[in-house]
Amino acid sequence: MSVFDGLKFRKVYSPIHNLDPRIKFVYVIAIFVAAILFGEILPLLVLFLIQIPFVLLAGVKREWLRSLRGALFLAIFIFLTNLLFRWINAGYMLLLTDLEFSAAMTLRFVVLVESFSVFFLTTSPDMLGLALEQSHVPYEFSFAFTTAVRFVPVLAEEAQTIMDAQKARGLELEKGGFMKRIRNYVPVLIPLIVSAIRRSLELAEAMESRAWGAVKKRTNLYGLSLHRGDFVLLAITVVVLVLAIYVRWFVSVPTLSQLF
Amino acid sequence: MIVAEGVHFRYLSGVEALKGISLTINDGEFVAIMGQNGAGKTTLVKHFNGLLKPSSGSVRVDGVETTKTTIASLSKTVGFVFQNPDHQLFSETVEEEIAFALKNFGFEPEIIKKQVTWALSLLSLEQYLKTSPFMLSGGERKRVALASVLAWDPQILILDEPTIGQDHEQKEKLRQFIMQLQTQGKTIVIVTHDVEFVAECNPRVILMKEGRIVADGGGRDILTNTEALAESSIVLPQIAQIFAKLDSFGFPKNVIDTYEAKELLLRAWERQQK
Repeated sequence: MSVFDGLKFRKVYSPIHNLDPRIKFVYVIAIFVAAILFGEILPLLVLFLIQIPFVLLAGVKREWLRSLRGALFLAIFIFLTNLLFRWINAGYMLLLTDLEFSAAMTLRFVVLVESFSVFFLTTSPDMLGLALEQSHVPYEFSFAFTTAVRFVPVLAEEAQTIMDAQKARGLELEKGGFMKRIRNYVPVLIPLIVSAIRRSLELAEAMESRAWGAVKKRTNLYGLSLHRGDFVLLAITVVVLVLAIYVRWFVSVPTLSQLF
Repeated sequence: MIVAEGVHFRYLSGVEALKGISLTINDGEFVAIMGQNGAGKTTLVKHFNGLLKPSSGSVRVDGVETTKTTIASLSKTVGFVFQNPDHQLFSETVEEEIAFALKNFGFEPEIIKKQVTWALSLLSLEQYLKTSPFMLSGGERKRVALASVLAWDPQILILDEPTIGQDHEQKEKLRQFIMQLQTQGKTIVIVTHDVEFVAECNPRVILMKEGRIVADGGGRDILTNTEALAESSIVLPQIAQIFAKLDSFGFPKNVIDTYEAKELLLRAWERQQK
């Protein structure tokens, strides 16, 4: 469940935490697009590296590393499947370029995890809701969204308890072949889903009894406004995006094996 | 037998939940672990079946170090019933729910059938054999969860907050049930806030506070020990509260049992009448 730890917001103050969530989101999407644009390892490495200053500036290194560690399993999986299909496609032979391509695909995934992790680590669910509201998303939707985000860590904790409870009844999650392992998770998933549904019904009742939705037009104590830092990030975003698109169309990106 | 020596435990988040716990729980003992929220009660008992492994120190169950074995093999000796039955119920019928652990432990089908029937009758759940556990009431779900652990007849039974959400009648049934298990020589460990329940059972009581044991002894002594209870934020059982105030009238202070209280008061009253 450590991958969820990397998405859990903790209230601290840093230049990154204070940025406008809307701009941060645009930045994350820009990184996302840039990562999808490239299949070569060099630009992906650049994308990976340019995020590290953000992590350091925000002071969330430990949590961020934990989210990367959580993504490790999936990353290995992506690497191996890519390698496998390249190998089959090439008529059961493996070249250095295949290795590099698989590594690049894995790095692309890591970049995505990395940027989303930074975003969620430094943006409180409240700010996220506010950003949605001010972007004229109906309140029902923005509320549903922030609630979902807020409940991820709660569910992760619950999943841990359920796993403990089933392990205490002799369930061994890591036992058996691939299909058996997936089936092993049924005793964990069913209680998790049932309790999530129960919880949502309880939440709905609690909200109704506190007159949720009684007033159509809502006002906020805090408003979002753009500051200097936000414009800097916006500028960085534009540069990253423009540069990525320029390089994609006008420069032929060399692979590592071509360089050496 | 469970032996813990100098157990420290630190969660990944950095919180040190146990700060040097040493204790021995003998076979056939009935122990209640009490303390306020966050005292480390649940963290401690999770060490007894290997769900958590000590950061330093050691826990041995029947001489076996918990770090050197699996949860599954420890669970065969140590049954653990979690606080919330909804965290474990998942099967389509109560029967399958109770058979789940038995299948995991690799029992033969005939034995599974026998044990399921036995566990169901033990907790008077026979009529729900083919019912979905999700259709049952809260108290019944709690009993199914208990039955699903009792089914493999573990020597040591850990119950985390067994009385939460149970009405008085259910609690009384649970108490009698625990007593019955105890006469069979089972070791029982309960984690609870419910002083009245503990007072009625009168087991060995271990008080915890901030990851340490603050008091350990017989229920009658611990539950009337005002200082130790105050330290771990537990109120005295009602009977003990009354007798604490009757001190100056020559009554003993360490009374927690309703029957004993009645006898003492009746005798004093009769003396007055004469």
